[in-house]
Formats: sequence, C-alpha cells, structure tokens
Amino acid sequence: MASISIRKLIKRYGHGAKALQVIHGVDAEIKDGEFVVIVGPSGCGKSTLLRMVAGLEEVSEGEIAIGPRVVNDVEPAERDIAMVFQNYALYPHMTNFENMAYGLKIAKVPKEEIRQRVDKAAKILELTHLLDRKPRQLSGGQRQRVAMGRAIVRQPQVFLFDEPLSNLDAKLRAQTRLEIQKLHNELGITSLFVTHDQVEAMTLAQRMMVMNAGRMEQFGTPEEVYHRPATTFVASFIGSPPMNLIEGRAEGTRFVVGEQRLALPLAAPRDGTLVLGLRPEHAELRADGAWQLVVEAVEMLGAERLVYGRVGQSLFTVRQDAMLEAPRIGDTVAIGVPAAQLHWFDAETRQRL
Amino acid sequence: MEKRVLFRSAWLPWLLVAPQMVVVLVFFFWPASQAIVQSLQSEDAFGTSTTWVGLDNFVALFEDEAYLQSFKVTALFSVLVAGLGIAVSLVLAVFADRILRGALVYKTFLIIPYAVAPAVAGVLWVFMFSPSIGIVAYGLRGLGYDWNHLLNSGHALTLIVVAAVWKQISYNFLFFLAGLQSIPKALIEAAAIDGAGPVRRFLSIQLPLLSPTTFFLLVINVVYAFFDTFAIVHATTEGGPGRDTSILVYKVWHDGFKALDLGGSAAQSVVLMAIVVVLTVIQFRYVEKKVNY
Amino acid sequence: MVERRPLLTLLSHLVLVLGILIVAFPIYLAFVASTHTRDEIVQVPMPITPGSHMVENYTAALTGTGSTQGSAAPVGRMMWVSLVTALVISLGKIAISLLSAFAIVYFRFPFKKLVFWMIFITLMLPVEVRILPTYKVLSDLNMLNTYAGLTVPLIASATATFLFRQFFLTVPDELVEAARIDGAGPMRFFKDVLVPLSQTSIAALFVIQFIYGWNQYLWPLLATTTEDMYPIVIGIKRMIASGDAATDWNIIMATAILAMLPPALVVVLMQKWFVKGLVDTEK
Repeated sequence: MASISIRKLIKRYGHGAKALQVIHGVDAEIKDGEFVVIVGPSGCGKSTLLRMVAGLEEVSEGEIAIGPRVVNDVEPAERDIAMVFQNYALYPHMTNFENMAYGLKIAKVPKEEIRQRVDKAAKILELTHLLDRKPRQLSGGQRQRVAMGRAIVRQPQVFLFDEPLSNLDAKLRAQTRLEIQKLHNELGITSLFVTHDQVEAMTLAQRMMVMNAGRMEQFGTPEEVYHRPATTFVASFIGSPPMNLIEGRAEGTRFVVGEQRLALPLAAPRDGTLVLGLRPEHAELRADGAWQLVVEAVEMLGAERLVYGRVGQSLFTVRQDAMLEAPRIGDTVAIGVPAAQLHWFDAETRQRL
Repeated sequence: MEKRVLFRSAWLPWLLVAPQMVVVLVFFFWPASQAIVQSLQSEDAFGTSTTWVGLDNFVALFEDEAYLQSFKVTALFSVLVAGLGIAVSLVLAVFADRILRGALVYKTFLIIPYAVAPAVAGVLWVFMFSPSIGIVAYGLRGLGYDWNHLLNSGHALTLIVVAAVWKQISYNFLFFLAGLQSIPKALIEAAAIDGAGPVRRFLSIQLPLLSPTTFFLLVINVVYAFFDTFAIVHATTEGGPGRDTSILVYKVWHDGFKALDLGGSAAQSVVLMAIVVVLTVIQFRYVEKKVNY
Repeated sequence: MVERRPLLTLLSHLVLVLGILIVAFPIYLAFVASTHTRDEIVQVPMPITPGSHMVENYTAALTGTGSTQGSAAPVGRMMWVSLVTALVISLGKIAISLLSAFAIVYFRFPFKKLVFWMIFITLMLPVEVRILPTYKVLSDLNMLNTYAGLTVPLIASATATFLFRQFFLTVPDELVEAARIDGAGPMRFFKDVLVPLSQTSIAALFVIQFIYGWNQYLWPLLATTTEDMYPIVIGIKRMIASGDAATDWNIIMATAILAMLPPALVVVLMQKWFVKGLVDTEK
C-alpha cells in the first residue's frame, strides 16, 4: 500500500511546434489506502493520466511517485501495480486460473503459493467454480471479476481501474460497483478508478478528481464537489439533472438577465457579470416566490417529477416530489430560491466566488 | 501500420528480423542485382573476359525472333490457362454452392490437384497423351485426330495448357466457392421473390458480386502461368517441338544453363522481373485494397 | 438453395461428378498403370482396371531396381529428400516469419520502414527471375547438393511474414498491456500469448508451405547434380527416357502415386485449416 503523488504532470504528443498538449499540469496527492475516482467527459485526459501512473504512457513533464519512489522511468512491471481494463484483457487461450496466475508465474512465485493466492481471490470474488474454464465461456460480469482477481493476487501497492464497468449492462454495473466497494473495504489498497459516469464517481469515491480538457478542475470529497463545485463545469457535470446556470449582471440584490430583473434573497458576493447556479432539487415550486417559471414540459420519473421551463429567457429545471400536484404545460408558476443553495461563479474564469 | 508501440528494446528487434534479412540479402537482393549487372554485360562462355555492352543485350533480345516467339507463346499460354481455369472452376463452384448433400466429398476430391506437384501433373498428362502408348491419344486417334505433340506445336500447346489448368482447378475453385458463399443469402432470396430464375440470378447478382474474386484470380492465374509452370513444360514438352512451347520462364533457364548465353539469359531475367513488378503492383493496388492493414 | 428444383439439383450433382471424374482420372489411371507390368501398359489401349503387380512395382520403385534406361534412383531415397526439404522449408519459414512479423508489429526501431519494404520487394523476386546468379551464390558458398542449398534460399518469404503481421494487428492492444503489467517481457509475451493465439494461421501456413516445399522443381534442378540429392519430383521426370518403349512406365506411375501421397495426406487431414487459411491469407 502506498500513496501516489502527481506533481505538475504534463503530457504532450509530438514534438516542437506541432506538439499537442493533452494534460496541462495536474497536481494531486493521493493518500495511502484511498479510493480516488478520476471522472470527466470523453477526451478529457483521464485515461491518459491513469496510463501514465501505470507506466503505459510516457510522462512529458512532471513527476509521478508511488510511495517515496519517483517512477517516471520505471517499467510497469516494476511499479508494483495491478490494472483492470475496460475490455478485461484476459488471455483467451488460458484458463481463468492460468489468467490469474500468469503474473505470479513470471515473478517465479512457488506453485503452492500461487495456488493459495488464486484460490483466496477466487473465493472473495465467487469464482471458484469457474477457475478451470476459459474466458470465452464466461459472461461479461464474470470476466470482469476474473480480471479483478488477476489484479488482487498480485497483492500490489496500487490498483488501477480503467473504466471497468463501461462494458457491462446497467444492472450488472450496479452489482459490480458494490463488489468493488466491498473489495476496497476488505483489502484497503490505494485505488485509482477512471470513469465518465458521475454516478459511479459519487458512489465509489472517497475523493474524486473532476477533469475537463486536460485540466483537473476540482479534487475533493463527493460532498465537497456536490455542495461547493469549484467551477461551472464541475457544477454542471456532477448531479443529475445538471445544475441550472444563468449568466447575468449582479446589481446588489437584483440579477439582471436580458430584460428581466430577478430578485435575489441575498446580495451576490460582488457586482458585475456573474453566473448564478441553483440545483433543480433546491428550487421549490410554491404558491408565490421570488421568480416566475413558464412551464414547457413535465417528465414523470416515478418518485419525482422534472419540470422544464423558462425563467425569463433562460432554461430552468425544477425537481419536484411526485406526491405534490403537477403543474400544467403553459402555466406560470412561482419558484422559491433558498439563499443557502445559491452558487456564484465568475463569468470569465468560471471559478467559484 | 503498427500498434501503439508497446515494447522498447534497442537490440531485440534487430535480432528478430536478422534471419529473414540475412536470407533476403544473400539470396534475393544480391543475385537480383547481379542479374541486372550481368544483363548489361557480355561474357564469353569461358568466363575469361567481360565487357560492358549497356543495353545491347536487351536490344538483341527484342530483335531475336526466337525471343519474340517465346513472348507470344507465353502470352497465348497464359490467356488460355487463365481463361479456361477460371471458366471451369467457376462452373464447378456454382454447382457446388447449390447442393447441400455431399458437399464435403466433392470439395475433398476437387482439392487434391492442389497437392499434386506441377512436375508430377506433367508426367501424368504426358503419359496419357503419349502418341505411342497414351490412352487419351489412342482415344483421339479413334475419333480421327492423329495426336502427336512431339511433332505438332498446336498439340504440344494443348498438352501443357490442359496440364496447367488441371492443376489450378482446385485453387480457383476454393476461392470461387468462398466468394459465392460470402454473398448474403438475403440478396438471392430478394431476387427470387422478384421473379428471377436461377440463371438470371447468377448473371445479374452472383457474377457481378464475384468480380473482385474473378479479377483477383485472373491476376493470380496469369502469374501462375508465367512463373509456376516451368515444371510442367520441362516434364512434358521440354519446350518443343523445336522451341514452340518454350515459354519465357523455360527459355531463360534453357539459355542460361543449356546454351550458356549468360548475358542474354540475364537480360531475360530482368525483363521477367519487370513483368513481375507490374503484376504485383496491379495485385496490390487494385485487388488487395480491400484488406485492412 | 432458394427454390426446390430437383432437376437443377440433379444437374448440379452430374456436373460435379463429371468434374471429379476429370480431376481424378489421371490419378486413377496412374494407379492402374502402377499395378501392371511394363509390357501390359505399353500396348494400346492399356487396361483400365488394376492389375496384380502392385507390390512388385512399388518395391522396385522404392529400392531403385527397375530396369528403365532413364534413371534408376531409389524412390525411397528421393522421397526422404523431399520430406526433409518440405519440412525444413515449412517449419523454417513459419519460425522466421513469426519472428520478423513480431519485430515489425510490436517494436519501433530505426530503418524499420526500410526492412519492411525490403521484405515486400522479395514478393517480386521469385526464383525464376534470378536463377543464374542465385545458382552462382550457392555454388560459391559450397552449398550445392546439400539440404541447406535446397532449403535456405526458399526459407524467407514475404507472404508468411505478411500473413502473421496481418494477424498480429488484430490482437487487442490491452492484451499486451496486461502482459506488461503482469511482468512479461517481449519474448515471454511472444511465447506465452502471441504464438498460442496464432495457431490457426500457423496450421494453414504449414499446409501451404509443405506443399510448396514438396513441389519445388526449378530450384532443386539448379541446386543438385547428384542423384542422391534429387527430390522426387525431379527424379520422376528423369525416369522418362527418350524412347517410350524403353521407359518403365509402370514404375514411373508407381513413383507418381508415391510422390502424390504425402502432400495429399497433409491436405486432406488438415483440410479445414488449409481452406480457411488459404482464403484468409489472400483476402
């Protein structure tokens, strides 16, 4: 078990003038035994970051350290890590047992011990009855478990997961998510988990790294990321449906959006062009309230309801308990705007104020 | 062209390609360059003196009646072999595609000529067509044809064409069959529903969709006729009667090893090289672009 | 089959049977001839049913005791030469091409493009276009009349290398990454993962190359001058003396049948892989 330090990490493809920089200076300290999720949209660089920690991609600038050791030039096999891939990467011609044992065989671990470790991992993952079969005879979820078994038996310092749940169907995904959580509680090994799914991130992470276009926008616990998003990107990426963001000019307790002047329960941190944020679950439909919403669509989700409409010219979503009365399309309803749930961002830098 | 590069080693890749490269350099490039050099020289049979003659050998070649004749024979030969070979195999493949029962048996039998060496094929056919004892020659005489490939050039050409086509049937057949079986059944069924009978379906759907395969086999068969048929000629007619079935690849061997005309033979080799280059370019440019590299 | 047209099905079977007859006839005839005495065959028309001299003829062929004026080389010896040649060529080619393809696909090294093109160009240099100089090289290296001389010049071909290269390109990248993380170096990966996965290609290539090696004619013609190093395909031609009456056709046909057996066996036994590999190679 070890900590991971990422210092001023930069990744470039190509050289000189035509070089393409895809990771722009990431700094992060991951504690020993922590489960950290790297989350972001496709192409944000999260897999590249993970692969640099694994040693499958070269570092252009900056440092990666596992424990006290800087590993920039260390081969993957020597970093004492294990990785679970999106497509499982199981050796098709070997049995599941042989797949899990392969790394140990290369490390010249005695046969008895190999047997012991594989059996133990198989028991934890409920694979004992499948050890003598080949990967192609297993379902997707089972294969992913074999892949995890392969990682566990190596007893590494760090686990790396590269979107391991993306190829599973929804139900299996939820199930495997729980298994991963259980595994971490039992083994407590430092883990880096990459995903594009914010639900996975929120449920699994002890801390999460939100990435966008090669930059780390926020690194914090799920609570911090949800309640105090550092940028408008984080604010809209985390939480479903996404946070309502309205750009306008703040003047004291008024917020001017186009021709509309919205009343604010509390003055904005400062005047000027700002972005206001309010999550759909924090806006309340009331008999009378600060703002007026013209209802354009209503979606019934079961336990709750989504009401889509416009506040002035801006699109706005409200989440409502399904037990309450539903508004009709075309109605104008009032929304309550609780002061404590308002977020403010600088319109230029998109940073939280 | 390559994967995300995954292994790093300064010396290992060299070691891995070394065996192939050594053989390639010693037995391909060096001799080929020698052939080019020799084609520009003239050496007497004792090897005591060589003089540079530039393109003289080539000029002499193309003014040589015998060489031009050889060119014509080879061209005729390859047209016949390719044409007949493709036609016969196509017919067999079409019918093999239709039946369900016994397909494996037919296929097994039809593959066997592939395993027969061209030389052996030549021996078998020359035995059957031997003017004095051959059973087919006997049969032909019964029909009024006085068969003698030792005297009649046309007969000699027929003999080598038949032997060459017989050998190629398997190869062409396998490819046509695979091509036919890769045509989606839905297309044929749609045509049938539209009212097209089997012959119509063959002409308007299967044949056009087979055209990549046909073109591919055309190139392959021409290459085969040019280069892989030495053994057949050597085992049957030995280029005769006279020089009448002396195809290019036979002539280059004969002139080099029997007649000891080194410059001329080298020049012929270079001409053959040029032909191969053209055919290979055609093959890779127009035929194999379907392959994903 | 789309409609039921029994007549057409009947026609199909007829055509195919006819095809098989044409294909099999020469071989059948050879077999028949190999079971008679020379005199029985030489008189026209020769019998078309098998005779009773099979054992006698085949023994004579194998031990070289026929009385033909063409060549009396023992067929047994020639079959052996052919077998060794075919095996060395096919196995050697597979080994060399696996290594070269592995280097080309999985490594980056200077002049790689050059190496690739050099191998590609050999496709355009069949032995027929370089006969004289290659013979000279062989002679200079004292390799005439040796197994090495018969096999080494034919052991490096581009088709095998390209076939493996094409296959390797379809192996998922993640397999290599997992192996790297598992601690496998390149040769370990090659041996434990890549080669086992290539089994089908290797099998198909073996059939094709074995037949190629067995059927070699022009090259052995140049590379050997002594009877005990002739492969059987050359030996059989030499048995045909100039006069038909003097030639032991029955022995020759026995030799022909013997010469056809090993390749036919290989093809029939490995038919499945062979057909798949042949079509996949070229396409």
